[in-house]
Amino acid sequence: MADYFSTWFPEGWDWLGWLLAAIIQAVLLLHVIAVGAVVFIWMERKIAGRIQDRLGPTRTGGKFGWLQTLADGIKLLSKEDLMPRDADPLLFKLAPYISLAASFTAFLALPFASGWVGVRLNIALFFVIAVLGLEVFGVILAGYGSGSKWSLFGGMRQAAQVVSYEVPLGICVVVPVLISGTMDLVTIADQQSGLFSNWLFFHDPFCMLLFWVYFTCGIASVNRAPFDLAEAESELVSGFLTEYSGIRWSLFFMAEYGSMFLVSGLAAILFFGGWNGPIPIFFWVPEGNFTLETLANLVGLGNFLLKAVLGVVVMMWVRWTLPRLRIDQVISMCLKYCVPIAAFCFLGSVLWTALHLPFLNDVMPMQARGDVREGWVQDIDNEMQQLEKRLATEAYELNSAVEGGPQQEAQTSLEEDAADRVALIPTPQPEGAR
Amino acid sequence: MEMAPTSGIVEIDVRTDEMLVNMGPQHPSTHGVLRLVLRTDGEVVSEATPHIGYLHRCAEKIGENLTPRQWIPYTDRMDYLAGMNMNLGWALAVEKLIDYDLPEKARHLRVIIAELNRIASHLVGMGTYGLDLGSFSPFLYAFRERERILDLLEDACGARLTYSYLTPGGATADLPPGWLQKLTGFLDQFEPVILDYHALLTNNAIFIKRTANIGVMSAEMAIDYGCSGPVLRGSGVDYDLRRDGEERYTSLYAGYAFEVIVEKNGSYPRDHEYPPVPSDAVLGDCWHRFYVRMLEVIQAIDLLRQGIEKYSQATGDWGTPIKLATKLPKGEAYLETECPRGQMGFYIVSDGSGSIPLRARARSSCFCNLSVAPELCRDCLIADVPAIIGSLDIVMGEIDR
Repeated sequence: MADYFSTWFPEGWDWLGWLLAAIIQAVLLLHVIAVGAVVFIWMERKIAGRIQDRLGPTRTGGKFGWLQTLADGIKLLSKEDLMPRDADPLLFKLAPYISLAASFTAFLALPFASGWVGVRLNIALFFVIAVLGLEVFGVILAGYGSGSKWSLFGGMRQAAQVVSYEVPLGICVVVPVLISGTMDLVTIADQQSGLFSNWLFFHDPFCMLLFWVYFTCGIASVNRAPFDLAEAESELVSGFLTEYSGIRWSLFFMAEYGSMFLVSGLAAILFFGGWNGPIPIFFWVPEGNFTLETLANLVGLGNFLLKAVLGVVVMMWVRWTLPRLRIDQVISMCLKYCVPIAAFCFLGSVLWTALHLPFLNDVMPMQARGDVREGWVQDIDNEMQQLEKRLATEAYELNSAVEGGPQQEAQTSLEEDAADRVALIPTPQPEGAR
Repeated sequence: MEMAPTSGIVEIDVRTDEMLVNMGPQHPSTHGVLRLVLRTDGEVVSEATPHIGYLHRCAEKIGENLTPRQWIPYTDRMDYLAGMNMNLGWALAVEKLIDYDLPEKARHLRVIIAELNRIASHLVGMGTYGLDLGSFSPFLYAFRERERILDLLEDACGARLTYSYLTPGGATADLPPGWLQKLTGFLDQFEPVILDYHALLTNNAIFIKRTANIGVMSAEMAIDYGCSGPVLRGSGVDYDLRRDGEERYTSLYAGYAFEVIVEKNGSYPRDHEYPPVPSDAVLGDCWHRFYVRMLEVIQAIDLLRQGIEKYSQATGDWGTPIKLATKLPKGEAYLETECPRGQMGFYIVSDGSGSIPLRARARSSCFCNLSVAPELCRDCLIADVPAIIGSLDIVMGEIDR
C-alpha cells in the first residue's frame, strides 16, 4: 500500500506515502478491535443469557439488543471521571492506557488473511506474545495505584498468574514454530493450506493435546474465568477494577476483549490453518490476478474471523459454566500440569517430526511445508528474479550486438555474483538466461 | 482442632507486613450486611472477625407491644428466605402457651408449606454459594425454580416473600382449589432438574477442589458452638428437630416417613442416586455442608409428596387463626423448630394481664452458625473466606433481627 501511495508524491516526498499508509492501517486496526470489543460484549451478554436460561438484551437498537453495548459505552463516556483520594494520580491514570496499548499493539503483527497484516514481521509470533505479556503491567499499576487494598490483591494475583502462565504458553507456541520453521505468522498459516488435515492441529497427536494446553494457558493469560482471579468478584469485589469507573474502566474492558480475540486468533493461525478453509476452494486462483486474489483473501478473512470468534465463544461458554479456581490451585495447575504436559508435547512433536512419522497431515498435502517462503525470503526471491531477468536481457542485447566470447564471460561472472549473494536460497534458475 | 492442610501454604521465612482488610458490609459475597475484618498476610488470612448489627430492627422489642398475631409479619422479616418457617415457629410457640390443639388438616398444610419454603431457601443457599465460588449460572437456575415456588406460595397467601401465612391457630386461609395439582406438577418438573445442579456444582471438579477439605469442623466443635441445621449435620451429628424435637413440633411430622440427612459409615441415605462423596472431602467441610442441603431438598420433595396425599385425605378445617385479642395465660413457652438454616427458637412470656406478651424473643440459628466463622477462617486463603461463610448459609436478617 505504501508503495502505491508513494507514487502520488514527488521524488523525495515518498515518506508521505508511508505515513499515509501507516495512518490508514492503524485506524483500520483500531476500528477492528474497538468494533470487535463492542460485538464481543454484546455476544457475551447474549451467550450468558442463553446459558442462564434468560434472554439477554433485547430492546436497544431494535432487534436482539445489538446496540446495547454502544448505549453502555455512551453511558460510560458521560460518567464523571472519578479518582480515589488515596490513589497515585499518575499511575492510576496511566494504567488503563498501558493495558489498552499492549493489547492493541499486538494486533499490528496479527495477520487477518494471507498478507493482510499491519506489519509483516518475521518474528511476528514472538512480538505478539511479548507485547501481550506487557498487558499485565497495566493491571499491576492499576492495583498499586488505586490506593485500595482489594485492588492491590488483584494486582498481585495478576502478576503471579500471568508470569507463571507465560511459561507454558511460550512452550506451546514454540511447537508450531518448530514444525513450520518460521515465526512469521503469515507463513505459518500459508503452510497449512489445503485440506483441513493439513492444519497443525492434525500434525501429530501431541499437537492435538498441545492445543488444549495452549487454550487453557491462553484463557489464564487473558484473565478469564475460571482464572479471573485478579477481578474475582466474590472475593476481591472487582480486584484491580474496583476503583475504576467510566471511560477508564471501559478501556480495561476493551483491552480484555482485545486480548481474548488475539489469543484465539493466534490459536486459529497456529493450530487451525488461519484463513485456510477446511476445503481448498481458491487453489485455482492464478497468481497476480488482483481481483481474484482479493476475493480469495476476503473469504479467508471470513474463515479466520470465524475460527477466532469460535475460540472467543468457547471462552465465554467456559466462563459462564465453571466456578473459579483458587490462586494456589491456579499456580499449581500451571506448574504441575500445564508446564510438564506442554514440555512433554514439545518433545513428542519434535521426535515425531524428526522421525518423519506419518499422521493426518500426510493424507492430502497441497504444498510441501518448505515451499512456502517467509516474507523476507520472498522479497529476496523477487529481487533475485528481477535481477536475473535484467541480466538476461542485458546479456542478450550484448550477445546480439557483438558476436564473441568476452561478453559471454561477462554474463556468467555477473550471474555468479548474483548467485553468491543469495547462495543459501535455492532459486529455480530462470530459463531465459541460457 | 486440626486445621485444614491449606495452612501449609504459609511461607514462614518470607515475613511481610500484616494487613487489615475490611470485608463488607457492602462486599458482594457476605450475604447481606455481614462485615468481616480480615487480618491478612499476603493471601493468607490469619484472623477473621465478624461484626454484626447492620440489620438490627428491634423486632423483639416491637414484639412486646403487639399481640402474637400482629407480630407474625415481623417474624417473616427475620429469615426472609424462609418466612413460612419463621411463621411456623412463632405460631407453634404461641400455641404451646395457650395450649391450642391443631386440626389434622392444618397439620399437613403446615408441613407442605414449611417444606416448600425449605426448598426455596435451600435453592437460594445453593445458588449464592455458586456465586461465592465464581460460578454464575447455577444461581439463575436456582432462581428459575424458586420463582415457581414463590408463585405457588403467592397463590396460597398473596405474598411472595413475607407471607404471614401460618399464624397461631392454623393458617390465614385454606390452600386454593387446584393448588395441590400445581404443586405436584412442579415437583415432577423439579426433581430431574436437581441433577443439573449436581452436574454444575456438587460434581464439578473445580467445585470439589474449592470446597473439599476447606473449613473442616469436627462434630465436637459444631456441638460446642451450638451449630444447628445443615451445618451441624454436615459435621456428622445425627440430629434433626423434626425427629428429635418437642412433641408439639414432631407431631406435625407424625406419620411421615423420612430419614435424617447425615453421613453414616461414609455414605448418605441417598448416596446411591446422587453423586457419591468425593475422595477429597472430609466430614464437616464445606462440601458436606453443601451436600446435606442438596439432599434436604430431595427429602423435602419426598415429604411434600406424602403431605399432598395426607392433606387431600385429611378431615377437619385448615385451622382458623386465633382471635387477635386472645387472652394469653400467665406463663412462658419456648419452642424450637427445624428451619432451613437450623434450630430456630421462639420464646414468649405472658403475665396473664392481656393479649400482649410481656416478652417475645427469638433464638437465631445463624448467629450460632456464624460464630464458628473466626475459627474456620483461621489460616485459610482469602478465596476460602467466601467459601466458608457461604457454606454456613447465613441470613443477616435473622442474626440481627
